[in-house]
Amino acid sequence: MNEWLYIGLFFIVGLIIPVGAIGVAWILGPKKPNPIKQSTYECGIEPIGEGWVQFKAQYYIFALVFLVFDVETVFLFPWAVKLGQLGMFAVVEGIVFILILIAGLVYTWRKGMLEWV
Amino acid sequence: MNFLNDPLKVASDWLTGIFVSWGMNDVFAHVLVVFLGIFVLILILMVIDILLVWIERKVVARFQDRLGPNRLGPFGLIQPFADIIKLLIKEDTTPAGADKIVYNIAPMLSMMSVLILWAVVPLAPVMLGVDLNSGLLFIIAAGSIGTLSIIMAGWSSNNKFSVIGAFRQVAVMISFEVPMLAVMLIPTIFSGSMGMNAIVQSQDIWFVLFSPLAALIFLIAAIAELGRAPFDLAEGESELVSGYNIEYSGMKFGMFYAGELLHAFTFGGFWAIMFFGGYRFFGLELVSPFLAIAIILFKALVGYWVIMWVKYTVMRIRIDQMLAFNWKFLTPVAFTLVMVTALMNALLRGADGWLYVTGMILANIVVAWVSLEVVRSTGKKERERVEGVKQVVEAHH
Amino acid sequence: MTAEQIIFLIVGAATLLSALLVVTVRDLVHAALWLVAALFGVAILYTLLNAGFLAVVQVVVYIGAIAILFIFAVMLTRRQAADTGAALNKNWWAGALMAVLTFAGLAFLLQGWSGFSKTASAIPSGFDAIEQLGGALTSPVGYVLPFEVASVLLLAALVGAVYLAFNKK
Repeated sequence: MNEWLYIGLFFIVGLIIPVGAIGVAWILGPKKPNPIKQSTYECGIEPIGEGWVQFKAQYYIFALVFLVFDVETVFLFPWAVKLGQLGMFAVVEGIVFILILIAGLVYTWRKGMLEWV
Repeated sequence: MNFLNDPLKVASDWLTGIFVSWGMNDVFAHVLVVFLGIFVLILILMVIDILLVWIERKVVARFQDRLGPNRLGPFGLIQPFADIIKLLIKEDTTPAGADKIVYNIAPMLSMMSVLILWAVVPLAPVMLGVDLNSGLLFIIAAGSIGTLSIIMAGWSSNNKFSVIGAFRQVAVMISFEVPMLAVMLIPTIFSGSMGMNAIVQSQDIWFVLFSPLAALIFLIAAIAELGRAPFDLAEGESELVSGYNIEYSGMKFGMFYAGELLHAFTFGGFWAIMFFGGYRFFGLELVSPFLAIAIILFKALVGYWVIMWVKYTVMRIRIDQMLAFNWKFLTPVAFTLVMVTALMNALLRGADGWLYVTGMILANIVVAWVSLEVVRSTGKKERERVEGVKQVVEAHH
Repeated sequence: MTAEQIIFLIVGAATLLSALLVVTVRDLVHAALWLVAALFGVAILYTLLNAGFLAVVQVVVYIGAIAILFIFAVMLTRRQAADTGAALNKNWWAGALMAVLTFAGLAFLLQGWSGFSKTASAIPSGFDAIEQLGGALTSPVGYVLPFEVASVLLLAALVGAVYLAFNKK
């Protein structure tokens, strides 16, 4: 049988348990909401404005750099699996692949995009 | 006797037999038995999780020269169970303005992302779970779901602290995923497979002896991935109170908390599987599967203890330091190590086991030494530059 | 119908529904979350095709990286995450026509295809798809060049993104 069926069952059971725990807590717990209890927690101060703040563009840059490296490393996994049976040629290929991306990291670094300012 | 050698198969055959004798379809009975098996495994995990709360509290107490829970039951062992009852009967508040559906799904996804990790953990030679051939990437995939749950929790709470906490946490998690993925390539190169069981089986000599640096980098990246100190700025109490889960209460908060502890324990287990031989211990694992389970759980506990040790000893660092440490130090070092390991692996192929180990360790030491030298000289230059600027400013005055 | 077909139909329908919701819900963060659901559905479809590695990669890259990037982008650019404009403009009929024509064209092309009635052949035991992929990516007679070009492509993407961000500052 497909091994992914077991993984699927794991997902289902993995959801049932927390849903069950939260469900039991929901049945057993008291429910007495009031506006003060429901108010947004800001260390006792009345919340001002909405729950939204301006974010640094830096988060986006880091996510972009991460995306590129994520995709790259995923490419490298099949290479690493097969490496034991391959010659020097494949090793050099992989190293070239990594070096090209490290060049990208160095470029980003030199441009000052890795600074948290 | 047979039960002691392969308990899972005996139990599942027995149950399947019962279900079939009730007139059930063969395939359906099999699926049902698997379902029940997973259910029991996850229930055991939840009990372990509750005990982890006790362990964590006891250990942190010893680190801080306190006693920790010691009133309820022997050594305070009943305490976490009492906590669970408290969480169950607590009122669960939802903040006004929260996105109710997303807010409620997030803690469930968070717990699920940890529980599904155990699908690929090989517990014993005869209890492999699902022996996926892409097991290592499966860990990262499950982590992606955890990352998503953090963003969902932070965004849906409609709270400034929680949104900032979620963003910081996610930025750290995705950044440290890069060196983690890179060092995962190293056990893959050694064993020629991404499957957990294949990695364990090929560790006649523990991989930590082949590549101690990779084990260290994996540990650091795992701690960051778990959001624990020194990388826990998402919950920097003095500024963000408790981070992305600030608005959660009762059992929903319990899910995040329990998920974090179990996640740390699980990553202790993965550390053991990748670098410390998993369930193997000088042939003891072949004596009985129960012994093998005890070995892997013990190793996971040791890994968890190291993670706690770091957490309660090292102070929190700032987000700019953390990201600079990752992108400017850990990531280049990890990729350099991958390249050096691939090269050494090709050069030393066919060499005697211990010669191979010596060569690999030397390569690791060289990489570590060179990278530390580079950091030292860069730091020196930077200090001199700052000193120079200071002198110029003072002369100006 | 086999169990596999039933799972396929359910997952396929859920994926399509999620994809529809991506373009119809007003809240952009919700749209991103529905996108995650649609991408996850695609990952499940991969597992049904016995392409486990691809399924895991789908989750790692699309949910772990691209969806996070989308959510970051939405929260960085918009003060009001909800879209208040009209969902359709006056050219909606042209778009609908194109969609129907494309679908009809695809259906026309595929009607003669014999693959629909075939069942997938069983994978021989001992066959490791990842190993095969690794071999193909590194063999000089295989896909070495695309493998290296992919690296250059990723480099170009990174440089482009950094350049754009750098100029905005």
